[in-house]
Amino acid sequence: MALPLVLPFDLVVIGAGPAGGAAALAASEAGLRVVLIDESAAPGGQVYRAMPAGLSHSDGALGPDERAGQALREAIAASSVTWKGGARVWSISGRYRIDTASTAGCESFEAPRLVAATGAHERIVPFPGWTLPGVIGLAGATILMKSQGMVPGRRTLVAGCGPLLAAVAAKIIAGGGEVAAIVDLSSRADWLKALPGLASRPALLKQGINWFLAIGMARVPVLFRHTIVRAEGENAVASVTASPVDGNGRLSGGPERTFEVDSLAVGHGLVPGAEIPRLLRSKLAFSAASGGWIPVRDTFGRCSVEGLYAAGDGAEIAGALPAAITGRLAGLAAARDSGALDSARFEILSEVTLAAFRKTLAFSGAARDLMRPRPAMIEDIAPDTVVCRCEDIRRSEIEAAIAAGASEVNQLKHFSRCGMGPCQGRMCGDTVAGLVALHAGSREAAGYWTGRPPLRPVPLSMLLGEFDYSDIPVPEPAPL
Amino acid sequence: MKPAYDLGIVGGGVHGATVALFCARAGLKTVLFERGSLCREASGVNAGTLTMQMTRVALIPYALQAHAMWASAREWLGHDVGVVVCDGLSLAFTEREAELLTFRAGKRREAGAPISIISPSEAMAVEPGLSEKVLCAGHCKVDGYANAYLTGLAFRRALLEAGVDLREQTPVSGISREEQGFGVATAQETVPVKRLVLAGGVWLEDMMAWFGLHLPIKVLINQLAVTERIRPVMRTVVGIASGLLSLKQYPHGTVVIGGGWQGVGDRKRGGVELLPENLVGNMRLACHAIPALKEARLARAWAGLEAETRDALPAAGPIPGIPDAYICGSVHSGYTSGPYIAKLLADRILEREPIDPLFPIDRLLAPQDAAQATRPLSTHPELAGADETPHSL
Ligand SMILES: Cc1cc2nc3c(=O)[nH]c(=O)nc-3n(C[C@H](O)[C@H](O)[C@H](O)COP(=O)(O)OP(=O)(O)OC[C@H]3O[C@@H](n4cnc5c(N)ncnc54)[C@H](O)[C@@H]3O)c2cc1C
Repeated sequence: MALPLVLPFDLVVIGAGPAGGAAALAASEAGLRVVLIDESAAPGGQVYRAMPAGLSHSDGALGPDERAGQALREAIAASSVTWKGGARVWSISGRYRIDTASTAGCESFEAPRLVAATGAHERIVPFPGWTLPGVIGLAGATILMKSQGMVPGRRTLVAGCGPLLAAVAAKIIAGGGEVAAIVDLSSRADWLKALPGLASRPALLKQGINWFLAIGMARVPVLFRHTIVRAEGENAVASVTASPVDGNGRLSGGPERTFEVDSLAVGHGLVPGAEIPRLLRSKLAFSAASGGWIPVRDTFGRCSVEGLYAAGDGAEIAGALPAAITGRLAGLAAARDSGALDSARFEILSEVTLAAFRKTLAFSGAARDLMRPRPAMIEDIAPDTVVCRCEDIRRSEIEAAIAAGASEVNQLKHFSRCGMGPCQGRMCGDTVAGLVALHAGSREAAGYWTGRPPLRPVPLSMLLGEFDYSDIPVPEPAPL
Repeated sequence: MKPAYDLGIVGGGVHGATVALFCARAGLKTVLFERGSLCREASGVNAGTLTMQMTRVALIPYALQAHAMWASAREWLGHDVGVVVCDGLSLAFTEREAELLTFRAGKRREAGAPISIISPSEAMAVEPGLSEKVLCAGHCKVDGYANAYLTGLAFRRALLEAGVDLREQTPVSGISREEQGFGVATAQETVPVKRLVLAGGVWLEDMMAWFGLHLPIKVLINQLAVTERIRPVMRTVVGIASGLLSLKQYPHGTVVIGGGWQGVGDRKRGGVELLPENLVGNMRLACHAIPALKEARLARAWAGLEAETRDALPAAGPIPGIPDAYICGSVHSGYTSGPYIAKLLADRILEREPIDPLFPIDRLLAPQDAAQATRPLSTHPELAGADETPHSL
């Protein structure tokens, strides 16, 4: 079997959430030949994730997210965008060749421009018991419920911070599950402070109020300014203990409360999935408020590497609507830079989009503030708590590597294997960098893990396909 | 100004770090300058294979000594780099490869490597995970691997214990010649040293330019891949006749796939990009050799820079015309042989007679032919009986 042909396009968009979807649509409307690639079977990303084939929502169960997702899928189907679902991007080389692998085989695409819209991943600051079965991420829980119509457990404790807390709790209740409690890092005052920002998008505020009403109706205890101090259980989580904290996430010494549960959904905010800019050595900057290391870019998402654009939560945590807008801006910019849009048309189109963007800032600022990382949580991780769950590395081992001279995260990886496992450092990266920063002085000094292919682990069988020995282009022998 | 140090070393890879270690232990006041962190370039990102079957014939005697050093690293280095000593197999899948293998194994055997050619069934007994398509194999009991990413940690501890003034994150920008030695220029200060070793890997060319000398160093961009942890699928180091495969499974279950397939990069930017065709080719070769590897998932791939002189033999010895200055590097399969060659250079600096000859660089400095440094890739001179190494020690 020969290697696949490289299919030429004007623009490759990786990630088909609101950002990537909007980028692909805007660029194709302007006349670019666009290919949109995602590892999911259908467009939608995490927020608008489609149900798998064979599952459907019961009548009338379509919420605003489901409707937005359907609209996005229909728009992409009706457009000239080439859709490649179920395809994992494993390699990006040149300017730009994108190699994908899927159960159907390998494909390669080439385009002078690339939009990276790969969304976010979840931050979970480790606590004892966080690796027990039955503990899942807050965002993970929403995906479970959205795409599979499944609640995480019979009795779930929902913990962490941000609007997702209310969303997950309300969805569990609606799905017939029980919520044992909500354990929120934020205080009532934090929510009040966020209210004006949240109110800037009345539809979302209304949705939020409905969630809180559902939570109130179900008489779910809400523990403000609390955090999880441990999850315990023999083979799976059986109980979760919470304790009061201050605004930085430091335990304030108040009374503990323990809840019997069979599941814990916990999340401490989101981290931009900037793997592609990282891989391509694009310039990054650290911004705690934006979720971590983000690609440096102009208003339209142009990165420091020519032809690369970043949009959505993969560029900066902001939420679904801003993601769609920054995606559209990146798509327009790619069309403009290819010469498909003249400057006048670009001005008009982008001006409207930018105006829409400005209207989202108050809301996403408020949500981001609720989700902000609490530094003391990282400082206070116990020595024997596992931080890198793939490689089973505890905080004490990380500290030992730092004491042995690891001055930034890549050296720490060498010294400890931390981050070398199958999640490629996505789960622990933010925490580990936080721990190194305590010694290195700043997150900038602690650095970030060098981007490496593949973007996601891929089965060798999928990558290699069927081949004969004669198909392998073995280079000439090394000198004797 | 009287030099504050007896010895200054520029470059903290396996070569520079080993010279520093032995010289400091022998009592020289030693300072080591490393641009980044210790052993994070070639010496930390390499495949860690400690094999005779990929080593150049002229280096076999050195590699054998070096293998013994790695195997006893806990004794002389004092710290663990995860060395596993095991059997090694070099495979032939075609008649042509069988011929190449037999020829090369013979040459290496003459040089002292205990390699024998074995049948497929014998090879299968050594490595049950092997493909049935093997025609014959070179078998060597002196083989194995280290965990290259632990090299920096191990040397860091050893150097500090030996009292080396270790200056990491300290790029050297130039060297001045002083009355009693050299001035090593860093952003902070110029450090006076009595003797100097340049051990800058692929950056040796830049370093030699500090003395106005042109030593062409070719930069190889070697790609490597590692799988997720999988069940034990192999227990030896596996290569192929041409030398373009190196494969082994670490005790923790990951499999490292290498062999010198090339990626994109240069000495300015490092190994910036991996070529998907070359990754796929390399991984196909690996799965062809050990079929069960197909079960694995590719977790990560990277590229590192390896230095090569015009004749692909080391640059290790005094720098001509500059008393008290030495060079050490550009050793083929240099992770394997590096510690021994660096130890020989340390002996030389310490005015002990080295047991084996060094590799002086006079041969590489001729200005005209230095301009077109290439390595013969398209022919197999050894099959035609030609000697491709003009150099004699
Ligand atoms: C991907 C790959 C796989 C390999 N696999 C194997 C294998 O399996 N087995 C084997 O035997 N060999 C292998 N090799 C070869 C081996 O890694 C090298 O030969 C060996 O590590 C070279 O060591 P070194 O000390 O000469 O160079 P390096 O380790 O590169 O060290 C040079 C150091 O100099 C520093 N430096 C450069 N400029 C300056 C400056 N201006 N100031 C201060 N410091 C500076 C650099 O930062 C660097 O740390 C492989 C090489 C690569 C790249």
